[in-house]
Amino acid sequence: MRIHLAGVLVDDQEKALRFYTETLGFQVKHNIPLGRHAWITVVSPEAPEGTELVLEPDEHPAARPFKEALVKDGIPYTSFAVDDVAAEHERLTAKGVRFVQPPTDLGPVITAVFDDTCGNLIQIQEEKPQP
Amino acid sequence: MDVYRAIADPTRRAILDELVDRSGQSLFELCSRLIMKHGINSSRQAITQHLDVLEAAGLIRTRREGRWKLHWFEGGPLKAIGERWPISTDERELKE
Repeated sequence: MRIHLAGVLVDDQEKALRFYTETLGFQVKHNIPLGRHAWITVVSPEAPEGTELVLEPDEHPAARPFKEALVKDGIPYTSFAVDDVAAEHERLTAKGVRFVQPPTDLGPVITAVFDDTCGNLIQIQEEKPQP
Repeated sequence: MDVYRAIADPTRRAILDELVDRSGQSLFELCSRLIMKHGINSSRQAITQHLDVLEAAGLIRTRREGRWKLHWFEGGPLKAIGERWPISTDERELKE
């Protein structure tokens, strides 16, 4: 068994597609129109055959209160691995991305948390080399 | 809640240490720092209760920043302790 899909609940799929591709740098893997919405997945250019991220509409009535409660407490529900959190923080800040938590050294890892503009906080995490 | 009882608890002192390290933290960031840097793995609910105590004592303040809520350290009540029992110049000299 392998992990094939992970999802983020987004308030607007078109806006999400722009943010996750143009701002973050992921690539579209699937974009299949399905009535009012589409089935959209993106992958990392570093792992095009890896886990796909589904940009899922947050239309379920429970989705938005859930997202808002997480955001209020600064909780990222999704985390991406990066080689250099400080460099990503600088790159994304220059593109106008808003960070709720700047790069923070937590011992074995360095993390930061940003706003995906679609109602979610996303964590980026760098594992420090083990001595 | 008075300031003396608020700072009597080691978890609450660790919270203040972390807020001095960086002002304006979310509950998530505070909990991450407490578990990773202090080994304090209390629930978020427990940390929220500690934050309520600190806020009632005037040692932290919170503000909604956009859609998230952030926490700041407030040193005023501790300064009042120093003013109530000031350290005289003589005592400083004795120590040096």
